[in-house]
Amino acid sequence: MALKDQNHNYPHLRYQMLNDELKIVLAEIYPAGIIEEGGQWLVDNISPGDWHPFALRLRQTEQLSFDYLFCISCVDWKTHLSMVYHLSSTRDRHTLVIKSKLDRNNPVIDSVTDIWKTADFHEREAFEMFGVNFLNHPDLRKLILPDDWIGYPMRKDYEDPVNMIKL
Amino acid sequence: MDVMQNKGEPKPFPGQVHQTPGGGFLTGTLDEVIGWARSNSLWPLVFGTSCCAIEMMSTASAKYDWSRFGFEVARATPRQADVIIIAGTIVNKMAPVLKRLFDQMADPKYVIAMGACATSGGPFFYNTYSVVKGADHVIPVDVYVAGCPPRPEALLHALITLQEKIRMGGKRERIEIDGTQRSKS
Amino acid sequence: MPAGDLVINLGPQHPSTHGVLHLVVTLNGETIRKVEPHLGYIHRSIEKMCESLSYRQFIYVTSRMDYLSSHINNHGCALCVEKGLQIEVPARARVIRVLMDELTRIASHVLWWGALAMDVGAITPFFHAFREREAINDIMEENCGARLTMNYMVPGGVMTDLHPNFHRRVHDFIRLFKSKIDEYDELVTDNVIFKARCQGIGYISAEDAISFGCSGPIARGSGVICDIRKLYPYEIYEKLNFEEIREPAGDAYARYLVRMKEMRQSLSIIEQLIDNIPEGDFQAKTKAVLKLPKGEFYSRVETARGEFGVYIISEGGTTPYRIKFRSPGYSNLNALDHMARGQKIGDLVSIMGSLDLVIPDIDR
Repeated sequence: MALKDQNHNYPHLRYQMLNDELKIVLAEIYPAGIIEEGGQWLVDNISPGDWHPFALRLRQTEQLSFDYLFCISCVDWKTHLSMVYHLSSTRDRHTLVIKSKLDRNNPVIDSVTDIWKTADFHEREAFEMFGVNFLNHPDLRKLILPDDWIGYPMRKDYEDPVNMIKL
Repeated sequence: MDVMQNKGEPKPFPGQVHQTPGGGFLTGTLDEVIGWARSNSLWPLVFGTSCCAIEMMSTASAKYDWSRFGFEVARATPRQADVIIIAGTIVNKMAPVLKRLFDQMADPKYVIAMGACATSGGPFFYNTYSVVKGADHVIPVDVYVAGCPPRPEALLHALITLQEKIRMGGKRERIEIDGTQRSKS
Repeated sequence: MPAGDLVINLGPQHPSTHGVLHLVVTLNGETIRKVEPHLGYIHRSIEKMCESLSYRQFIYVTSRMDYLSSHINNHGCALCVEKGLQIEVPARARVIRVLMDELTRIASHVLWWGALAMDVGAITPFFHAFREREAINDIMEENCGARLTMNYMVPGGVMTDLHPNFHRRVHDFIRLFKSKIDEYDELVTDNVIFKARCQGIGYISAEDAISFGCSGPIARGSGVICDIRKLYPYEIYEKLNFEEIREPAGDAYARYLVRMKEMRQSLSIIEQLIDNIPEGDFQAKTKAVLKLPKGEFYSRVETARGEFGVYIISEGGTTPYRIKFRSPGYSNLNALDHMARGQKIGDLVSIMGSLDLVIPDIDR
């Protein structure tokens, strides 16, 4: 099996920012964020009210240019909900994870559909499965569940004795 | 007491069609001819929801080829189809669509539930909130095929079983696999 | 809605929607104004179900999500669990996994080719495609036990060792497929009707493709560098000699060419590997009951449709606390509205064919 030098086709891979450099730039843009290390990628915890301006700067800052949002998830920690955004830059290949805690009784966060168009479907799914309300979303309604479904199925306290047969 | 001894004539149920004694020669032969004709040209409806649809397409293709048995043309519209092969899981949102398709088909129509999901919910039986646990909650099924997904030969066996059932008069009774007890017609 | 606009429903039961996709299309004459997908007709609540399955059990259900690349989906899940448990996979198992992946990729692309040609109007390639698929299905059946949903990858390696006939069968397949793929090019690729139906249709620019989160042949058909096997190599892909195929045009024909050339690349990978399978274990020793440590793990693989990501959040138990499957079709479908506006209704079918959607992958 021949060994092949991968990087000569992708010179931009050398610009990949290391975690330390990323931390410095992020601290400049959003000083209130709490940065965690130790996992697979750098994690930045933000507050939901600041998400949209921060996201705009993540996209537009020349050094960062996070243009590829590849995974939006919502997690139900029984005391609160949290949104997790996985961002990556196609030019420089650094990756960042943004997490934000939401109040369980009234989960509200800004929508980022105008910045990354992929958020359209993902936010609709988080809305119907967990009940998160996205401000300024162009068309927030049910996507996958039938239109007359009651309840938020992916929450941990969802009970459905009619449909769900528990093992 | 041995279970085999308990089998006898099936009890009559309201609405059952009784054979007229003696005078059944002409209508009996006509029934056989009609049954033979119907069973040899069943046109399936193009209906596949998930993985079993790929095995259904394999059965339609050159290696296994169901058109040797008469399932030549797969129609896209239910108005022209005879048999609906439910290939895939039926979920809550899809159930009204399936019912509507079945209602749009003209009599005589038959249903084959292909795969574990259409038979009983399959691998998605436990802990799911949106799967209908078996297509027979929605429409009446004639033949069930087991498998996840069933091999094309298994689907062919189901099609041939359906053909035999139609030739026997189409009553919804059990046809046993070893061929000893056939439903009386 | 302006006067003169007609709203029609395409699906959920339709021969060319490749599954149960319901499209509500707003037309003005024959020109499309808006396409709105309605999903959920095969939503089997897989993510909720996986919260009650153990780490060895949840892998089978991903076979049924994107059933045409079932090995690759299982591979992604196994990689995520191995990442959490820090398991080292033996070399033989890695090579077997890559071989199975590439065979599955060829099988998936061949079926896509047959389905696209059938949608565009040519029925014959459908039968050619299934004839080739049967050859691969026979290999899979003899080796893994099933034709379509093989549950072959486990955390730590593969489930059983290779069958003694595997080597011979794959060599036969390579010989067979080399001539067939030239036949496919002759039949469809240079066909003037096919080109008229696919060139200039469904254009998407590179920036839009990235913004929509498209991956796989759709992004590569617009020139984006996004092959996960090259960028974030897993298993032994960094040692293999293959190219990432990109086309600059961005239309349906470019996506078609990307997939045809990818089939050739997969065939060359199989050729490189089939005579060099190292000896050794086919499975690393793992405990019977797997418990991932507390934390979160993300692994990504390149399926035939794009990037498939498995995101496991574990609280230390035997079942995952939350699993999120980042399926490629979900983001690719988002771009359908953008691609189809202003085109004719007949072009919608070629666009959907070139997107290669598998709806259970989208609905999960």
